[in-house]
Amino acid sequence: MTVARFWRKIPHRYNLIGTHCTTCGEYYFPPRQMCPSCRRDGKIESYQFEGKGEVVTYTVIHTAAKGYANQVPYNLAIIKLDEGPSLTGQVICEPKELEIGTRVRPVFRKLGEESEKGMIYYGTKFVPE
Amino acid sequence: MSYGAYIPRYRIKLEDIAAVWGADAASIKKGLKVNEKSVPGLDEDAITIAVEAARNAVKRGNIDTSRVGAIYTGSESHPYAVKPTSTIVAAAIGAEPVLTAADYEFACKAGTAAIQTCMGLVVAGMIDIGVAIGADVSQGAPGDALEYTAAAGGAAYVIGSSDLAAIIEDTYSFTTDTPDFWRREGMLYPEHGGRFTGDPGYFKHVTSAAKGLMEKIGSKPSDYDYAVFHQPNGKFPERAAGMLGFSFEQIKAGLVVPMLGNTYSGSCMIGLAAILDQAKEGDRIFMTAFGSGAGSDAFSITVTDKIEDIRNNAPKVQELLADPIYLDYANYAKHKGKIRV
Ligand SMILES: [Zn+2]
Repeated sequence: MTVARFWRKIPHRYNLIGTHCTTCGEYYFPPRQMCPSCRRDGKIESYQFEGKGEVVTYTVIHTAAKGYANQVPYNLAIIKLDEGPSLTGQVICEPKELEIGTRVRPVFRKLGEESEKGMIYYGTKFVPE
Repeated sequence: MSYGAYIPRYRIKLEDIAAVWGADAASIKKGLKVNEKSVPGLDEDAITIAVEAARNAVKRGNIDTSRVGAIYTGSESHPYAVKPTSTIVAAAIGAEPVLTAADYEFACKAGTAAIQTCMGLVVAGMIDIGVAIGADVSQGAPGDALEYTAAAGGAAYVIGSSDLAAIIEDTYSFTTDTPDFWRREGMLYPEHGGRFTGDPGYFKHVTSAAKGLMEKIGSKPSDYDYAVFHQPNGKFPERAAGMLGFSFEQIKAGLVVPMLGNTYSGSCMIGLAAILDQAKEGDRIFMTAFGSGAGSDAFSITVTDKIEDIRNNAPKVQELLADPIYLDYANYAKHKGKIRV
């Protein structure tokens, strides 16, 4: 990921800023600027998710990508937020504390870094509630 | 207006560090009056701790973060040498973009220097509210005496002039050029002047600032319900309290170091948070921070009735200390980046 690409995503990585269509009530994360159901009739506004939700499915990662080497093993999960949308995120806990349906809340953590001298990426991860 | 603390969930017991170095755990624990210390998660640093503490303070006081006009973060472990921690805190609490922000460094008292700056800006009418943070993931070289106490944690204070949960009546600082402890740019671990750190460093500065403040405002130790001093270990604050005429009963509530270790910039400020977690309307609190190099900031504080309204909105220090995950030395070394991958 480039520095510029990360920077543009700061609002949704730090604070789970997505969007909400006030016409049909649907929530979007990552944010969408056009509601796929309402199309031109959709009224889109910015929406900050509280970040609480439940684990839909998860996997334990043992071989990490570059910049994540010292974090293995870690849990990668699909989390369904209470407002509806799902996202992929890391859940910090012992693998045995985690199961499908586990309730989670957001925390602010280091996501990774480019290299020892490169940028550090911060954002949202989850812990069991 | 509000306060918040954050402590990582991991701990290591002093026995497990002593065992690796063939040291006598019982005598070290007795000497330091510390049983265990906090360890940051693999993905935690001074920035993530500052953000979590600031978010807890915002949540506790239900603060409208668009009102925040200044953020200052004190730490001796800012992850970037150039790129302020406070900018990331500002984005993470939704205070961007109209505010001033900077990072402070003054060993363990950088966070209280941040409180003083916010007080000045608020009193001068330059800002509506300010956020002052002390957060550290402190490092001690493997095998060094500091390794037994260097811990991770932080606290944040929202400073304003209305809706106050506690009133800071006055502050007083005492600063000299004293080479008791230092870390050169680019070095991983600090150096210290051995026995030199005690009398000419900690005790001289803490007692001078504390006495100076009490003289300035005409108060005495018995006027206070609680007192909190910088906690590099359990012994120093107890001795400083005794030298000044404060009792163990007065410092007990804020003495978090036995189960937490020394959180450097977070130390005194987490201690104060633990006191605010239980103080009542009208209670008076005396706080004195210390930073090597060296200096002390003393504060006289009175709690208001608003404390009851906000106290339960965010985790208390004793709740953050509860339910830890214990690490062995190998996992601890991995957490602290002592094994570099
Ligand atoms: Zn729609």
